[in-house]
Amino acid sequence: MLDDFFIRALIAGIGVAIVTGPLGCFVVWRRLSYFGDTLAHSALLGVTLAYSMEFNIAFSVFIISSLIALTLIQLQKRTNLPGDALLGLLAHSSLAIGLVVIGFLSFIRFDIMGLLFGDILAVTVDDLLIIWIGGALILLVLKLIWKPLFASTVNYELAEAEGLNPDRAKAIFTILMAAIIAISIKMVGLLLITGMLIIPAAMARNISSSPQKMVMYSIIGGLLSVILGLFSSLEFNTASGPSIIAASLLLFILSLLNIKQSIKLKN
Amino acid sequence: MGSDQNILVKLNKAGFSINNKWLVKGVSLQVEKGKIVTLIGPNGSGKSTTAKIALGIYKKIDGSVEKYTSKVGYVPQKISIDWTLPLRVNDFMVLTESISNELIDEALSLTGVIHLKDKNLGDLSGGEFQRVLLARAISKKPELLVLDEPVQGVDFTGEIALYELIKKISDELNCGILLISHDLHTVMSATDHVVCLNGHVCCSGSPMDVAKNNEYKALFGEQASQILSRYEHRHDHVHTSEGEIKKN
Repeated sequence: MLDDFFIRALIAGIGVAIVTGPLGCFVVWRRLSYFGDTLAHSALLGVTLAYSMEFNIAFSVFIISSLIALTLIQLQKRTNLPGDALLGLLAHSSLAIGLVVIGFLSFIRFDIMGLLFGDILAVTVDDLLIIWIGGALILLVLKLIWKPLFASTVNYELAEAEGLNPDRAKAIFTILMAAIIAISIKMVGLLLITGMLIIPAAMARNISSSPQKMVMYSIIGGLLSVILGLFSSLEFNTASGPSIIAASLLLFILSLLNIKQSIKLKN
Repeated sequence: MGSDQNILVKLNKAGFSINNKWLVKGVSLQVEKGKIVTLIGPNGSGKSTTAKIALGIYKKIDGSVEKYTSKVGYVPQKISIDWTLPLRVNDFMVLTESISNELIDEALSLTGVIHLKDKNLGDLSGGEFQRVLLARAISKKPELLVLDEPVQGVDFTGEIALYELIKKISDELNCGILLISHDLHTVMSATDHVVCLNGHVCCSGSPMDVAKNNEYKALFGEQASQILSRYEHRHDHVHTSEGEIKKN
């Protein structure tokens, strides 16, 4: 069954959606969408390094993205530049370096479109293992840091005062962000990973009344987007990433109808 | 002062500065089990800063702080919650510690907001939210409670009831309370130890002693000091805007 490329893509996509659901909620709550973009842009550099050294792509992307995240934290401490300027600096310079390195690697045939927008044909059985084992690890770690991370998202000082060590949770969360980008790059493509994190979570926000419900709806939204997106990708021969994101946008628009109704009820 | 094993938190000449400006400097105080220590002082005198030093929120401090308990409940003066989070009162109650439903109900009943349990936090009024904040802090039965203006925005009768509740909690749980309050009547009637701040410790002691103190009168005026005292005094120093102290 795993011989069929479409089944592999479906299993990979489902694995990715289960992990992006809860992480995406934190991205929305903590306003990290541009941070996610920066890590995703830097992933190109990770991919090129993986090709040039014949290294595993997910692993290489994870290391480069983590390094970029650590660099960001250091720059924030040592400069007076605002956060968005630093993010832009890192995002575009790492993207540029990645593209320059690609130029040097002319002897390797590159599927740039697949890299940027995802390619369901490219998912191998090894990728499935990385997505499901990596994904399970990410969720396990997220469960362990949930309390301090969530408490400091609501209010940093309460979490710190009541002994939850929010700084450590934040640092670990940064690493988890690098990890999710690493495992989902083949499915969604590096330009659209942040969309996969944000749009199902944003959709979930519109229809949920508690944080747990928002996480649950975000996962369900991600799963529906992947299934809908992949089937239309197969049907219309479109790239997998854009198809999945377009499907999630459709769900977001549907969730807006729900808001209209509840506002009507209130008035 | 009581024996050492009753001490919950102790500040030794603690101070905190931002951009070379001292917010508060040279504060020594301790909070013991079952005692209420109150910080008073004008706006900008470093009350909240002192509380945050005691809580360990500010880390790069001058002097030292020794904390002997990790069971802490905190009611901050200002709290900004981002409404991108769907958060009900019930979710907020278990934010930093998982506690049983009975304890949640008990605490919410004590502060009079049990009927709001399933409401969204963003839909509460200022006074209601303040009662929820206090309920959250006491529900986990902490050893140390740090309350920064805990009854701000609460209606007049509620204010008295909540101060009575705070006093009761301190007796029942035998927990130490570091209280910041503007209400001098409450401070004088319910407090064991008063620390009067104005960028540094102006004076401290029992409410009686402080009321008699000259610096207290200089800060709060004759009327405030007449609550307990009729002593005359001369203030021997002034405070500049940088927090420096100049002798007259």
